[in-house]
Order: sequence, then C-alpha cells, then structure tokens
Amino acid sequence: MTGDYLTIVIGAMLVNNLVLVQFLGICPFLGVSSRLSTAVGMSAAVMFVMTIAGISTYLIRHFLLLPFGIEFLQTVSFILVIASLVQLVEIVMKKVSPPLHQALGVFLPLITTNCAIMGVALLIVQHEYSLGETIIFAIASAVGFTIALIAFAGIRERLALMPVPKAMQGGPIALVTAGLLALAFMGFQGLA
Amino acid sequence: MSDASGFRGQLTKGIFRENPVFAMLLGMCPVLGVTGTAINGIGMGLASSVVLLGSNIVVALIKDLIPEKVRIPAYIVVIASFVTIVDLTMAAYLPDLHESLGLFIPLIVVNCLILGRAEAFASRNVLASSVLDAVTMGVGFTMALTMLGAVREILGSGSLFGLAFVAEDATTMLLFIMPPGAFIALGFLIAGVNTGVKKARALAAARRDTVSRVPATEGAR
Repeated sequence: MTGDYLTIVIGAMLVNNLVLVQFLGICPFLGVSSRLSTAVGMSAAVMFVMTIAGISTYLIRHFLLLPFGIEFLQTVSFILVIASLVQLVEIVMKKVSPPLHQALGVFLPLITTNCAIMGVALLIVQHEYSLGETIIFAIASAVGFTIALIAFAGIRERLALMPVPKAMQGGPIALVTAGLLALAFMGFQGLA
Repeated sequence: MSDASGFRGQLTKGIFRENPVFAMLLGMCPVLGVTGTAINGIGMGLASSVVLLGSNIVVALIKDLIPEKVRIPAYIVVIASFVTIVDLTMAAYLPDLHESLGLFIPLIVVNCLILGRAEAFASRNVLASSVLDAVTMGVGFTMALTMLGAVREILGSGSLFGLAFVAEDATTMLLFIMPPGAFIALGFLIAGVNTGVKKARALAAARRDTVSRVPATEGAR
C-alpha cells in the first residue's frame, strides 16, 4: 500500500514530470519563468488549485457523472468546476488571508487556462485512482511542476545575462533550454 | 499601410504575421505533445481548427446576448461543447488517431489560442470576419503543427507521413521523437521561421521603397 503511494509520488514528480515529459502547463512554464519570485508564486497557486481541483473533479465524477451515466459531459463539467473553483478560491482567499491573496492573486485567473490542472484531472480518470491516490497524485504532480518551473526560472535568470544570437532571442532559446532540462529529466526514467 | 483592413491582409495575418505558434507562442501544449509524427500534427491541427471555427461562429452570433461579466465562462462552455463533439466524433470514426492524440483532445478546451480568439476577435466582430479569422488562424496552427511533426518525424524515425525513406535498421536521431527533442526542434524551427519572415518583410519593404522612389525621381528630371 505504502509502496503504491511511493510509486505514484516518484512517478508523478520525476519520471512522468508534468511539464517536461507530458507537456502539460507549457504556457505558464514559458510565461512566468523569467523571474524566480514569480515562478515561486505561480507554483504555490498551482499546487493549491491542483489539489482542490483533483479532489472535486473526483467527487463530481463518482457522485454525479457515473451514477447518472452522463460521462460524455466530462469535459464540460470539469472545465466549469475548475473555472468556478478558481473564482471561489480567489474570493475566499481575499476574505480570509489578504497577504496570501496579494502574493498569489495575479496568478489565479491564469490558472483557469492552465492545461496542467485539467490534465491532472483527466489523468486521474485515466488511471482510475482511488480518492487517497487522487490526493497523493495531485500533490506530487504539483510538486513536479514546481521543481521544473523553479529550475527553469533559475536557468533563465542566468540566461538573461548571456549573449544570445539574434535569431534565437526570446522564445527559441527558452525552448532549447527547456529541451536540455527535459534531457536531464530523462535520467529519471526507469526509477519507478 | 492599410494591410490590417484589407482582405488579403486578413488572409495572411493568421498564417504568417500573427501565426499562433511562431509569432505568438500560444497553445504550446498540444504543439509539443502530439507532434511525434506529421500525421498526428495534421490531426491535432484540424481538430483544433474545427473547434476554433465552431466556437468563433457561435460566439460571434451570441455575443450581444451574453452579459459582460459572465462572458468568459459562457465562452468556455461553448468551446467545451465543441470539444466534446470533436472528441466523440473522432472516437467513432478515427479511433487510431484518437488513441494516439489521447489526452490532448479533451485538452483543446484549455488551449489559450481558442479562448483568446473568442475573446479578442469573435466577441468584437461580425460573423463573416470571425469565420475568416478562425479559418486563417486554424490554417496557421495546422501548418505549424505539421511542420514540427514533419521535422521531428524525418529526424527521429527517418520517415514522413509514415513512409520510411531510410533502411529498416538505420540509426535515426531517436531524441527527436522523445520529449527533449520536441522542445529543441520547436526552438530552432521558430528561430528559422521568424528569421525568414523578417527577411521577407525587409525585402518587400525595400522593393516598395524603390518602386515608390523611381517615378518620383523621374518626374523630377
């Protein structure tokens, strides 16, 4: 049992890293990685929303979609749940913890179109995880996203000081850098 | 320049000047995730284009009925409905392609390109130009995906559209069909395309300059 959970954690965090192996959440990965501080904020917001979204889509699927046989509504209902969840989290956070809202506020609206959240919800369906596994998987995936994003932001901060050929400036060099980072993550293959 | 208003300007906008992938870096997840082969690239591009066209049409038609405040959720529901249609249709008629695109079909719903066009274009323009916008953006997106898919397939498996052109036991650059290769190939492809587009534009501008200058100098003589 514990071994199963450990496999899920290592698998979601390193072997099947959300960003670098599965290509989910590339937009925030490229978009907010130019500074380390924003990368940390984005990662925290993602971790928060991903865990809650994983649990609520699990509940929706098992208590609404499956009993009524309306699984074809999965895409529509999941995206609605995620979108309203993000709104809800933002409102609650504003009321309960203004400093936290100040730190994460700008990242929350961006998360609705972050395919990593939706992707994790769909992966949970695909793997047919139990509720406990769902929670572990969501948290581990978010940690994997955080590792990739922070490592990438650290590299890009150094990269900003380097002379880059004109044609490669901006997007292209960032993508090639991400490729090298993904190459490093391939070293984890076979770990779990 | 009146290129933005002209029909031809609009036609080339989505394909070259504002190509969603090369110029705007939008909707990158499927671009990197499914382009192991050129066929997958075309399939994904067309599926996204169908959703884009459908959602642009509906959004352009209902834009006056939706209250300003709930427009984003409303657009998302429209997009999600079209994604479900495409998803189920592909599962029924193209099961192989559906299988290999996998997770990325339902994920069209969070493709920022589609929501971006609904919000930035279809919600402000009439039906006809929204359709044109969807078609050109769709062609641009499909083209980019196919190009990347072709590059990766040629380098990684030594074939194109499934037709092998190297010997069976030849060593190919396997890296390019694996995740790191996707990033690296796309990086160099964007650099190449952008340089080419910039050169072409400079050339066109230079030609325009000489054309407009020659009659003027002749007139002065």
